[in-house]
Amino acid sequence: MKKRYFPKIRNDECKGCERCVIACPKGVLALGKALNVMGLPHVFVADEAACTGCSLCFYTCPEPGAISIIEEKEED
Amino acid sequence: MLCGNEALVYGALLAGCDAYFGYPITPAGEIIECAAKKFPELGRVFIQAESEIGSINMVMGAAAAGQRAMTASSGLGISLMQEAVSYLAGMEIPCVIADITRSGPGIGNISVEQSDYFQIVKGGGHGGYRCPVFAPASAQEMCDMAFRAFDTAEKYRTPVYILTDGMIGQMMESVILPEPLEKSAPAPYSLTPGNARTNHFTSIYLEAEELEKKNEALLAKYREMEANDQDAELWKTDDAEIVLVAYGIMSRLAKNAVNELRERGIKAGLVRPKLLFPFPKDALNALVDRAKKFICVELSGGQMIEDVKLAIECRRPVELIHRVGGKLISVEELVAGVKALA
Amino acid sequence: MKTFRIIKDRPAGFFAEFEKRPAPLRHNMHYCPGCGHGVLHKIVAEALTDFDIKDRTTFISPVGCAVFGYYYMDCFGISTPHGRAPAVATGLSRAHRDSVVISYQGDGDLAAIGFNEFIHTVNRGENLCYIFVNNAIYGMTGGQMAPTTLVGQKTSTTPHGRCASEDGIPFRVAEIVASQPNPVYVERVALSTPKEIMKARAAIRKAIKNTMERKGLSFVEVLSPCPVGLKKDAAGISKFIDEEMTKIFPLGKLKDVAAERVPVEHPVPVYDREKVRAALFPQENGAEETESSGKKLREDVYNESEIFEKERRIKVAGAGGQGVLSLAYIIAHMARLRNFNVTYLPTYGPEMRGGTADCSVVASRREIASPIVDSNANMLIVLNQPSLDKYLPQLKPTGVIVYDSSSVTLPEIGENQVAYGVPAAQLAVGLGSTRYGNSLILGALAKMMEELFLTPKDTKDFSDVVEAALRECFADKPKIIAPNLEAFRLGKENAFRAETIKTPK
Repeated sequence: MKKRYFPKIRNDECKGCERCVIACPKGVLALGKALNVMGLPHVFVADEAACTGCSLCFYTCPEPGAISIIEEKEED
Repeated sequence: MLCGNEALVYGALLAGCDAYFGYPITPAGEIIECAAKKFPELGRVFIQAESEIGSINMVMGAAAAGQRAMTASSGLGISLMQEAVSYLAGMEIPCVIADITRSGPGIGNISVEQSDYFQIVKGGGHGGYRCPVFAPASAQEMCDMAFRAFDTAEKYRTPVYILTDGMIGQMMESVILPEPLEKSAPAPYSLTPGNARTNHFTSIYLEAEELEKKNEALLAKYREMEANDQDAELWKTDDAEIVLVAYGIMSRLAKNAVNELRERGIKAGLVRPKLLFPFPKDALNALVDRAKKFICVELSGGQMIEDVKLAIECRRPVELIHRVGGKLISVEELVAGVKALA
Repeated sequence: MKTFRIIKDRPAGFFAEFEKRPAPLRHNMHYCPGCGHGVLHKIVAEALTDFDIKDRTTFISPVGCAVFGYYYMDCFGISTPHGRAPAVATGLSRAHRDSVVISYQGDGDLAAIGFNEFIHTVNRGENLCYIFVNNAIYGMTGGQMAPTTLVGQKTSTTPHGRCASEDGIPFRVAEIVASQPNPVYVERVALSTPKEIMKARAAIRKAIKNTMERKGLSFVEVLSPCPVGLKKDAAGISKFIDEEMTKIFPLGKLKDVAAERVPVEHPVPVYDREKVRAALFPQENGAEETESSGKKLREDVYNESEIFEKERRIKVAGAGGQGVLSLAYIIAHMARLRNFNVTYLPTYGPEMRGGTADCSVVASRREIASPIVDSNANMLIVLNQPSLDKYLPQLKPTGVIVYDSSSVTLPEIGENQVAYGVPAAQLAVGLGSTRYGNSLILGALAKMMEELFLTPKDTKDFSDVVEAALRECFADKPKIIAPNLEAFRLGKENAFRAETIKTPK
């Protein structure tokens, strides 16, 4: 059984504060140039494969649902 | 026999008051002392707060949680509470506050004055709110009105005042106690475990339209009080040509004065408002046809007199007999004053 | 086969939609980008569901940026006046045993305008979870100085930087709380790095747990980022917290005695009607009604003497400490025991605490209007000379004086006025205590009434009612009842009608 993790960003809930970008030890997240519904730049998943599911980005993010963490299991 | 201040506590407890929060002040001291004894005896909450600001905000918390909560103080302490009273009115949290007045402004003295009328009856804190104001004139009424005040508070979801003076607070009389009320379920809007957890209290409305709607609803409530809750004692007014208007201790002296005036052939009578808001406009208006003159008897520079003038729309002369600074108007002075004006 | 599971998502302690927040944004919060409030709200919201306490928690929204906390938290909410959250929290916490109250305040709210309410709530050790958000600035009002602003820090009200000698120094709240005996748990945490954020999460969850277990007051001070208010980016604000704030506000646990504390318990309120009656209604005491009661007074006691037909106005006066008020109180009780309406109005306040004391007692078969005896007194009972001199002009031309002849010299009185004296203070000393003076005066009162006003039937009753009133008034000091009854008897025996100089009117 293989497990991997990745974050999911709800673009319209992100205010682009970049705290998650700094929090992530693996450099998974980065701030993009596109603007969301609030007219703010938002974070995107730049290196999905590096995610370990540690969830530090989730707890650092001040928004309720801008980031969620997904676990993917692959049965052999 | 109970003094007025004690009778207030008895009335509140018999009405099922769950919590008393207060800070000592003369001439309301017997209230907190009696509450300190009687509330814990019945397992009810009693806290001597760090200030009147603390007291009224504790009342806010307990009342928001669905409890019958009260506090009491005198002038200065009531001034400190005004911010919270405005919040309570805005958040529509029912509770009871007693003001046993002393003389002001500032620290003044502890003797009797009725100069808190504007503060209590017209609002007191910021924003446009009104509170029902009971005006007891005996120990019995201190008990009865405290007993009634919680129902009024809950009916209209509002803070309710009991406004009287140190004389009524200190005076002892026999009191017939009402039967204790059964404990009723906390209001469905309260923050009581088991109620819908969407319940919340706030007085912040950022959108002008929303606040207008909210404030119009409050105003409608105040009009409803004015329509339904006016209450006054009419004493020898049937044939009265001179109508005295007085509340609290001055209403007691005014009755003696009315008797003496009648002995001297002056047809005097007394209207004693039992509630100062809503003001007993209807009762006063009903007397306009026969009355030649209305005379307000107040221990203030003339505060209630404005409401009397408004009530009868100045269709008759309205005069003032007053003293300030802590002196009563004696019956003799009152009789002489009325004769001079009649 | 692949399966997906969401392991972290919007906590269910938040409302699914923020319907109370004005449209159109109903999924995110009103806070500025990077604000620590959001992080804290998320930690609290997560705990609300993890601990299954949504239905019994009240989250207090203070004045400050968190004023809209109730938009978000799926639990009870209340927006309190500025600084008053601790008092409101106290009322809420005492109201329901099982409620979990989370008081949440910023540095201006808690440490400036509301510190008095706060520190006394700490002192009482109310069962509360306290979250103190210290971001060294006033956020909502636009970046003014907070009590926790660092020395040298520029704000809109410290444009040249906070000056220690003019503006004070950063106020350290956690240390003050920890120095008090009552709080059970005090920790300072920071929302800077992920590591510190996870420590903050643990601290807040522990504080909420303590509250659920009724351990008392748990306090978590949170050094919180306000990047917009402090004009810093994400990295800059973390650095500010870690490198500057923590120098003044060191992180760590300052106190934890939760394990050794027993749960806070308050009395259970009693509403049972019989028990309430027992606590508030007077106890039946043999033949006599003792106090105010829900029942009508006995109808078989009705004194026939003519004197009782009219309202009787009595002034009792003397020096403070002579027992004036208790004497008046006994007389008021006598009247009440015989179905009179009665008012008893003492002087109060500083006058009572020194110098003179006086009391008005009015008894009547009808409604009593004025309770104040300031003229037309029917009777003057005076225990010292100044009181007699002061109040004699208020006595009616047909009035009666009862006085303590040990110290009072009777002046000229009206033609139709009468005076009865008894050397009360002297005789009382003979009985062992000046406190028996009152009963001696009552003896003189009884003698006067018997000689001047009472029918034979009422004569016997008057002594009975004095005795009954004395028994009632001294019910909590039964040992002094007998000596007082003896003093009454002695007073009656020694009382005399004074030979006085009359002024013809």
